[in-house]
Amino acid sequence: MLNITVYGPGCAKCKETEKRVRHVVEQSGKEATVTHATDFAEMAKAGILMTPAVSVNGVVKSSGRIPSEDDIRSWLN
Amino acid sequence: MKTTEVESPKVSVGKASGAKASWKWFAVAALGVVAWWLIYRELQPTAAWLTVSALRLDRASHLGSAVEFFLFEVPKVMMLLTLVVFGVGIVRSFFTPARTRSILAGKRESAGNVLAAMLGVVTPFCSCSAVPLFIGFVTTGVPLGVTLSFLISAPMVNEVALVLLFGLFGWRVAALYAGTGLLIAIVAGWTIGRLKLERFVEPWVYATQLGDGAEQDAELSWSDRERAGREAVGDIVGKVWPYVLAGIAVGAGIHGYVPENFMASIMGKSAWWSVPLAVLIGIPMYSNAAGIIPVVQALLGKGAALGTVLAFMMSVIGLSLPETIILRKVLRPTLIGVFVGVVASGILIVGYIFNLIM
Repeated sequence: MLNITVYGPGCAKCKETEKRVRHVVEQSGKEATVTHATDFAEMAKAGILMTPAVSVNGVVKSSGRIPSEDDIRSWLN
Repeated sequence: MKTTEVESPKVSVGKASGAKASWKWFAVAALGVVAWWLIYRELQPTAAWLTVSALRLDRASHLGSAVEFFLFEVPKVMMLLTLVVFGVGIVRSFFTPARTRSILAGKRESAGNVLAAMLGVVTPFCSCSAVPLFIGFVTTGVPLGVTLSFLISAPMVNEVALVLLFGLFGWRVAALYAGTGLLIAIVAGWTIGRLKLERFVEPWVYATQLGDGAEQDAELSWSDRERAGREAVGDIVGKVWPYVLAGIAVGAGIHGYVPENFMASIMGKSAWWSVPLAVLIGIPMYSNAAGIIPVVQALLGKGAALGTVLAFMMSVIGLSLPETIILRKVLRPTLIGVFVGVVASGILIVGYIFNLIM
């Protein structure tokens, strides 16, 4: 079971990131929950400086850019 | 910063073939630049030929000169933009915000302000990240004024603006813009630091316990950096081209139809009130550098003073309404007011100085 969090204050890039993560998760058929955190305090707690950022099970995998589908796929394994 | 020696499975290239690959990479890059240059120098004759021979327009007519301006500037600006954004994307792959923060943490003011303003230019930044960056900086011991120097210079000294100014007006205007932009960021941040305004930062910010991020600072290969460059091009050029087109269309209209020296009376040196007016109009306006510069070029061509135009441009790209609204999450209105006021005054002074000496 994977816990994936997309961090972003609601900017266009952040929404695109969430869409892409959900898409890849669905395709892979893996068990995962995807949440979108818009709270700045929460981002700070995760140590994020740049949005959009993605964390998997609490580990920040990318920040400041929209990850590619290949990137996301590699995090799921 | 911790360094991990773990070989990631993706990078399975040995050292020797890695060196070979980067050789190949540099050769391809050099060829690309040559091809770019060969096409670039043909743009002006092609635009003239299209206007005169293909469209049968008189170059001296209003329509003809507007059309020729448009046909030349659009491919020129797009080509410059692509090259620069790609190059900057690669440079930025060497600087991450986390690295910048660790350089700035615990730095004294003054030296810290200078360093922050310079790092603001090369660290990747988008205004939607202003708040997380702000929190991440101030909670790890970067002084408020130093943080603000960074946040002022990051959008204001914009690589796109810098190179477009270089392409359109030469190195002197580009250097003046970069130099004064940095100076404003340094002095404004330093001033705000002197004013001891920490109490106008929302209290929850300092109470925040910052996580250690755990974002790997992986060693990047040249192909990773190239990918970063290409992503930057797709991202930035893909986003700004409509603005560039619209900006150049407005510029072409001014170029073809507004009489020579028309702007001299409203935006010329003699009109002292034009500088504050330009700054005031620019603050709520939000455009990216790529969209505003063609307009700047057309205004200058019609007799507007350089200082006034530069002030207008800085105020449009350096101070924006969306950014101030998002900063409200972490700053009290008083501090936002001081922030906008100090930066606007800096821009104002730069505008007057340019009008005086140029």
